[in-house]
Amino acid sequence: MKPSQRINLALSRVPAWPLYIVGGLVPFWYLYLGLTGGLGVEPIEALEHRLGELALQGLIAGLAVTPLRNMTGVNLVKFRRAIGLVTFYFVTCHLLVWLVLDVQILSQIWADILKRPYITIGMIGFVLLIPLAVTSNNWSIRKLGPLKWRRLHQLGYAAAILGAVHWVMLAKGFQIEPLVYLGIVVLLLAMRVPKAVKRAVA
Amino acid sequence: ASLGARKTSYGSGLEPNTFEEITSYNNFYEFGVGKDDPAQNAGAMQTSPWSVVIDGMVDRPGTYSMDQILEGQTLEERIYRFRCVEAWSMVIPWVGFELADLLDRVGVQSGARYVAFETAVIPEVMPGVRRRVLDFPYVEGLRLDEAMHPLTIMATGIYDEPIPNQNGAPMRLVVPWKYGFKSIKSIVRITLTDSEPPTSWNKANAREYGFYSNVNPTVDHPRWSQATERRIGGGLFAARQETLMFNGYENEVAGLYEGMDLSVNY
Repeated sequence: MKPSQRINLALSRVPAWPLYIVGGLVPFWYLYLGLTGGLGVEPIEALEHRLGELALQGLIAGLAVTPLRNMTGVNLVKFRRAIGLVTFYFVTCHLLVWLVLDVQILSQIWADILKRPYITIGMIGFVLLIPLAVTSNNWSIRKLGPLKWRRLHQLGYAAAILGAVHWVMLAKGFQIEPLVYLGIVVLLLAMRVPKAVKRAVA
Repeated sequence: ASLGARKTSYGSGLEPNTFEEITSYNNFYEFGVGKDDPAQNAGAMQTSPWSVVIDGMVDRPGTYSMDQILEGQTLEERIYRFRCVEAWSMVIPWVGFELADLLDRVGVQSGARYVAFETAVIPEVMPGVRRRVLDFPYVEGLRLDEAMHPLTIMATGIYDEPIPNQNGAPMRLVVPWKYGFKSIKSIVRITLTDSEPPTSWNKANAREYGFYSNVNPTVDHPRWSQATERRIGGGLFAARQETLMFNGYENEVAGLYEGMDLSVNY
């Protein structure tokens, strides 16, 4: 048996549901840290940034499933729905911290969304993820049919790009970390191009 | 070691941030871009002995040791508001002396109109310098009248203790009515000149950071509003507060900018 097959066999015994529990608790863990001094003297910004980073990591994890299978044979598809939904939850928490704890002022929130390009871009990314979260269930796949469903879920590509660009635009000076994240997203999307081209030609 | 600074009435009525807050949440990009990077990394910087080159249009140019700079200087405690361009703020009990005192000692020549400052560059202990976050050395500048203003100080302490490295040891500028990045840290050079000197953030992004960078709630940063700020230390549910014109020093400094359009000279 190939190593990838052995891994897949082992994974077949691992359920996906613990991801929801762990993912669901993570923001509360950070909230607890923020309340008890574990996030430093400016916990609002720290909480906002941690959640944003987690969301971006989740988007990347979701995008990595297919290339990983194509390159190594390791199949994580059964975890992808959980990854996607937990990621959407992180994005929502990130947005809520920004709205409720950070900006606070309702008129300023709207002005920021319209006036500040990095916030506009982040908001568009969030909105694109809503239909994905809503249709992340078996009923929707049946209802839409696999082809339509898959097309719809390609919105995740755009959301990941927008999320990474959102961070790059917000950085001051020349910062490596957000550029690395953007680079990874672009790479994971680029790995899909050859197959898409083949499909278009065929 | 207590510095024995003379108390002053500056900032009476303001509630200072704690020593821990002031020294654990810093921007000092030479040591990394994270707020806790300076506190973690700056300890490796040697700040004694330290000397400062004072040159350009002065009568007595030269390399001055910190001992020479501080000789006969009376240190004062001044509690100032500190407003970062990122829309957070603190209240800090600085210890220092007026920059004007130092400039008078070295003799400013009549043609001088600006003061340029430069931060140390020590790549071996400064990971941010190696990563080229900005075009180092970090440089800043003031118009001569801003530099000579009695509110402008050189700080060598906080809470009557020697200033920690992450806050700009052994000596930094403090210009309380300007955004924090103007208050350049760990100074190694002061140059008097007749033309406006380049400043680091202006070089990095001129649209966002002007030469003056006075705290101004009516002129937004292109990426965020400057109308409000969050005082560090309020925890997770801290309410924003309104930012004051010239960071609350309007009475003292507004005259410096009479007739200037502050949305153009931002």
